[in-house]
Amino acid sequence: MSILIGRETRLVVQGITGREGEFHSRQMLEYGTRIVAGMTPGKGGLHALENRVPVFNTVAEAVRQTGANTSCIFVPAAGAPDAVLEAIGAGIGTVFCITEGIPALDMLPVVEVVRAAGARLIGPNCPGATSPGQAKVGIIPGSIHREGHVGVVSRSGTLTYEAVQAMTDAGIGQSTCVGIGGDPIIGTTFLDVLQLFAADPETEAIVLIGEIGGSAEEEAAAWAAEHLRGVPMAAFIAGRTAPEGKRMGHAGAIISGGRGTAAEKVTALEAAGIRVAGSPTELPALLREAGYRG
Amino acid sequence: MKIQEADAKSLLAAQGLPVPPWAVARTPAEARAAAERFLAHGAGRVVIKAQVLVGGRGKAGGVKLAGSPAEAEEVAGRILGMEIKGIPVRKVLVGPAAVIVKEFYLGAILDRASRRIVLMASAEGGVEIEEVAKATPEAIHRVEAHPLLGLLDWQARELAFAVGLAGPHLRDFVKIAKGLVATMRANDADLVEVNPLAIIRESGPEGHVERLACLDAKVTLDDSALPRHPDLEKLRDLDEEDPADAEARHYDISFIHLDGSIGCMVNGAGLAMTTMDLVNRAGGAPANFLDIGGGAKADRVSAAMRLILADPKVRAILVNIFGGITRGDEVARGLIDARARQEREVPMVVRIVGTNAEEAARLLREAAFETAATLDEAAAKAVAAAGQATGGAA
Repeated sequence: MSILIGRETRLVVQGITGREGEFHSRQMLEYGTRIVAGMTPGKGGLHALENRVPVFNTVAEAVRQTGANTSCIFVPAAGAPDAVLEAIGAGIGTVFCITEGIPALDMLPVVEVVRAAGARLIGPNCPGATSPGQAKVGIIPGSIHREGHVGVVSRSGTLTYEAVQAMTDAGIGQSTCVGIGGDPIIGTTFLDVLQLFAADPETEAIVLIGEIGGSAEEEAAAWAAEHLRGVPMAAFIAGRTAPEGKRMGHAGAIISGGRGTAAEKVTALEAAGIRVAGSPTELPALLREAGYRG
Repeated sequence: MKIQEADAKSLLAAQGLPVPPWAVARTPAEARAAAERFLAHGAGRVVIKAQVLVGGRGKAGGVKLAGSPAEAEEVAGRILGMEIKGIPVRKVLVGPAAVIVKEFYLGAILDRASRRIVLMASAEGGVEIEEVAKATPEAIHRVEAHPLLGLLDWQARELAFAVGLAGPHLRDFVKIAKGLVATMRANDADLVEVNPLAIIRESGPEGHVERLACLDAKVTLDDSALPRHPDLEKLRDLDEEDPADAEARHYDISFIHLDGSIGCMVNGAGLAMTTMDLVNRAGGAPANFLDIGGGAKADRVSAAMRLILADPKVRAILVNIFGGITRGDEVARGLIDARARQEREVPMVVRIVGTNAEEAARLLREAAFETAATLDEAAAKAVAAAGQATGGAA
């Protein structure tokens, strides 16, 4: 088992004929992800990736013809909110939105519609997810993973790769790695992913990688303190040296009015009994110290 | 993006909100002329406010009253010569000084936790809201605007009653609260704040009247939305901007200047913050945050190098690349090319892993770059190199 994606995933890629969409779809196919459809308005009837993937004009058509149940969006920011809503309208249950730079206010009605439909949106501005040995959706390099039982959840991209590589090098495999995205308004939070991991029998330990801005890490820590006692956990928080009032690359990574600092997050995590690493390379050792034997 | 008070007031006024008149002056003489106009139109005194993009202007002495054109000129001259939190004051706002009966706080923010626009109001107006939030959080009242329908009248009324604005000002308060949300939506702002929103007393032909007015305004705009608001991009205050920021924007590089001596070049925002943190942990201080973004090629690497070296405090450079979309060999070629053209010699430590890392390693070896296998090792080496470059500890 795993969370969000796995062997049962039947993926439709929205924007498969674009440069990014095509490049990453190729990587996903090579990893073994079942991409059953592509979608680009006006390119219906074509086949992408050397004839391996049929392209449809609409997501609804892709769902009807191929039984797609998951979507991955590589559509430019101006069209991405519409792409999410189209996927939801077509009955897709899990939508990954990789697109960066979507205006935050555009996402407010979108997350509401997703919630009302009982669907799940991961991102935007996220690297996607990998369930090692089963499927990867998004842009995370497949080579860094190893099959195993640690769930990883992060707001970041390359920082996650760094942490996952360190785990893989230490012989610690992953059940699922999820990048939830660096924007202020995202569909799936740390707390949501912790709840999914808690319900997944294959996930035995959890690594949480947060950063400055907002209070999602604190909310996750409070929940973990109550519901994840006995589950080995370790965390890392980026931005201990970040100055106040500056957006550190990610739209959501900002300390404002003295709130959202790394120190607050570290304190909340430690109060929940979760050790926080000083460097991502220390995460494997902290997991072992927390009692993880896998 | 932060914008100046005067520009924020324009955005509020454009949505029909009650904002008293104002003028912007860049010289004491301009301030005098503006004061003359306002005093001639019935103002008892004028207020002169420093226009800088930092809070705490009042405490720093950047907000003063004047009773005559001559005094306005003199006061403006003093404020225009000031620095507030290190920022030289280059312009002032001049406006009629209001007779304030009572001050409130009203703000609309993009709330991450609820994923809604949240309206906040407090009867403790005119003071920093962060202070109120710390000392008496119960004094701040909040309502969440409906994600599809926006702020509803009853929600605005609820806020009005909570801050004690029942009587004659209720209707205007509802309009103003909804106007804040409208300002947010029209401009893709993530914050619209009026502090103070005040009941002011004015004398008219029929005696005194009291009404609500937005005496100050703070708006921050969502950077991601600026491409669809070319008119708002013009409000960027280049006076207060580091020239490096404009170059960084041009090359699509995220760059933030800091005070340390170790320049950092990294791909990915989270990893870039982590690299800074590890430099700090190794006993050094980062000179900047710099994310070259995904899929960076040689030209962006060269631009990043120029940005880093433009800071004379930089004594060593740490390059940390975890290749995914970004190809390590492309970055290595960019670095070799940039080093050949750079104007001053600064020790550099390079760590490239991931996509095409082997080819990158070969190129860097041939070009005699100092390399590191892990991020921790790279940070330690960079800190040591910076220490040697300054002839002592980093």
